[in-house]
Amino acid sequence: MVFACRNLWSRKTSLNILNRKITRFCQFTTKTITEEKVKFPGVKESYFTDKMQFIQSVNPIPTYRVMDRQGKVLDPAQEPQVSKEFALKIYKDMITLNIFDLILYEAQRQGRISFYMTNYGEEAYIGSAAGLDSQDVIFGQYREAGVLLYRGFTLDEFMNQCYSNEKDSGKGRQMPVHYGSKKLNFQTISSPLATQIPQASGAAYALKRAGNKNCVMCYFGEGAASEGDFHAALNLAATMRYGIASRGIGYGIDSIRVDGNDVWAVYNVTKAARQLAVEENRPVLIEAMSYRISHHSTSDDSSAYRSKEEVENWMRFDNPIVRLRRWLEDKNWWNGQEEKSFRAFIRKEILTSFSKAEKLQKPSITDLFNDVYDRPTPNIIIQREKLKKLIEKYPNNYPLKNFKNEGEDL
Amino acid sequence: MATSVFDRRLNFSFSSSTQSPPPAEGFMPGVSESRFIKNTSEDALNNRELLEFGVLDGETKKMNLFQSINDAMRITLATDETAVIFGEDVAFGGVFRCTLGLTEIFGRDRVFNTPLTEQGIVGFAIGMASMGHTAIAEIQFADYIYPAFDQIVNEAAKYRYRSGGIFNVGGLLIRAPCSAVGHGGHYHSQSPEGYFAHTPGIKIVIPRSPLQAKGLLLASIRDRNPIIFLEPKILYRAAVEYVPMGDYELPLGKAEILKSGKDVTVVGYGSQIYVLENAIRMAEKKISGLSCELIDLRTILPWDVDTVVKSVNKTGRLVIAHEAPQTSGFAAEIATTITENCFLRLESPIQRVCGWDTPFPLVFEKFYVPDVIRCFDAIKEVIEF
Repeated sequence: MVFACRNLWSRKTSLNILNRKITRFCQFTTKTITEEKVKFPGVKESYFTDKMQFIQSVNPIPTYRVMDRQGKVLDPAQEPQVSKEFALKIYKDMITLNIFDLILYEAQRQGRISFYMTNYGEEAYIGSAAGLDSQDVIFGQYREAGVLLYRGFTLDEFMNQCYSNEKDSGKGRQMPVHYGSKKLNFQTISSPLATQIPQASGAAYALKRAGNKNCVMCYFGEGAASEGDFHAALNLAATMRYGIASRGIGYGIDSIRVDGNDVWAVYNVTKAARQLAVEENRPVLIEAMSYRISHHSTSDDSSAYRSKEEVENWMRFDNPIVRLRRWLEDKNWWNGQEEKSFRAFIRKEILTSFSKAEKLQKPSITDLFNDVYDRPTPNIIIQREKLKKLIEKYPNNYPLKNFKNEGEDL
Repeated sequence: MATSVFDRRLNFSFSSSTQSPPPAEGFMPGVSESRFIKNTSEDALNNRELLEFGVLDGETKKMNLFQSINDAMRITLATDETAVIFGEDVAFGGVFRCTLGLTEIFGRDRVFNTPLTEQGIVGFAIGMASMGHTAIAEIQFADYIYPAFDQIVNEAAKYRYRSGGIFNVGGLLIRAPCSAVGHGGHYHSQSPEGYFAHTPGIKIVIPRSPLQAKGLLLASIRDRNPIIFLEPKILYRAAVEYVPMGDYELPLGKAEILKSGKDVTVVGYGSQIYVLENAIRMAEKKISGLSCELIDLRTILPWDVDTVVKSVNKTGRLVIAHEAPQTSGFAAEIATTITENCFLRLESPIQRVCGWDTPFPLVFEKFYVPDVIRCFDAIKEVIEF
């Protein structure tokens, strides 16, 4: 399985603290008489020393990139050999995601949907979707709409979920951006942080047992890596063989740090990680360094903990979309005219989908009671009857005209 | 990786020496004399619930509780290619021997040890089940299930509902030894069913005997909902009965009337059943003409309201007993539902006999548990009201 952690803050100080936590141990010394090896259980490679030394950090972990901020390839050998069509698909998805976010964020601000989370600044993670097989199973955190988009989740499907309408495959039960798709192998998003990480370990084990040559890709943010479930999952994955990079190393997991704003670096690394996971049954941890331009969600104001200037600098000087655009333009695969017309086109598409979703009814009120179990249990059947009687008794207090079937099927 | 068959918190060890200390799961006097234990093969097969499974012509074998649980899991591994069992020390047979010998038969990729991480174990099991596999996760003691609370309550229980029904973890089962053992103190004695009974989306099952455990466990594993299966650990060795060798299931959500009576309905589950049996015997001896009805709930969630309502409508009196603390314990749920449904038939206030609202105390265990005398006294109370 592959863990993809997006380190959204990329502050050296915090990483140093992490390193210290992992590697701080003390080596007491005995006078070495022979070249005796350390044989305590669990010790991989160690030697006895007569020098007492507290260790604070491992060597700095390099950050892999293919392109610089201007989209110039650093080493031609690292440039992926991709078709124009393939590169443009990624680029168009990045722009679509960006415009989609813009419109839905505004919709939330106008009170038309209850909540939203944008992907600003992190759009290059679409490179990881491109590096996977479409049958690989995704366990996401909540900021992976681009992966779904890349796999073919339609604008209508996104909209219907955000509007909790009758066509929402989640039946209107979860807040916006909690997408899921069986056919696209994308497990439904849940709000609690990091719970998906040990689940991804289990799903990977299921694939391995079934002899399936696919991997599980698990996404989570830097914050989730503080939760106990993150450690539980790495521990499980490491001991059963299938980190944030420094933490991954602490668990003996192949780990790599990558420039998360460089779509080709993310793509290359994901492909290579996938190969390790599928062919050698090894867990791999990818730490993709990026910067969340947006607030955490529509319920957050990030100016309370970071300066506006810092955010603007990231947006201006290290924009993953601009970087790919420059790369495309250098290849003469894209130009300003195409940019303009595509943006206009996709904006129109999104708005069409938007107003369509807004007009649909809410799901049937019976969906309140379905799917708690495979079949409704006696207590649920009784409670559904009670609600039905209550609505009949107080029809004015429970208007149903916005709900599919208007309560007829309750 | 854990490499010890000993529980990490206490030395819950086994020894074959005749000089050995009491077994980890303690002693439960009275179980072997219980009228509800099937002491002969004929007795075991005289069960209408087994009719449809074709085991009535088959063989039976004398088993204790851990052996019958082992047998159910062996059948599962043999009949379901996707089934795996894992947890702390399970590859060696587990602290209570429930998985003994399964690694040797089915291999280490199907019966394996995990690191000591309950949230990891349950999360891992949810992941497997979400891919359509059968995941049997063992939590070494029910007292240690709480690190996995989030995974159980927020993930497993809501997996189907939150996805609009497109994903589910129906193949998930969590087994955990529970309840008093005589010397378990705070952390080897708890009965946590009440916490989970507040969670729509999961089912909770607590068996009372080897025959029951095998059928209920097989039904639970095959049920398409996540299930917590709590095993009263004091019964692992104390309860021995004839168990059909074949593959059979007992119904979930269905209580069993163990003894019919006309004056008082007595409800319990798990090892408490034997305490109640003795309390009833005592009451019927001391109060002439008294006849009590004893119901084993078997499934805590969703529980069999109909059977209890029917019974109380007949008797007019209800006593409920469980080891978990009284406040917000499952008895409260039963009492409320019965009040709603049987108000005009009730002859006396419903009595709850539960653990006190304190942590489970080591040296005061005898005073803490709802023992025979307390249960007897409650029966007397509802009669004399």
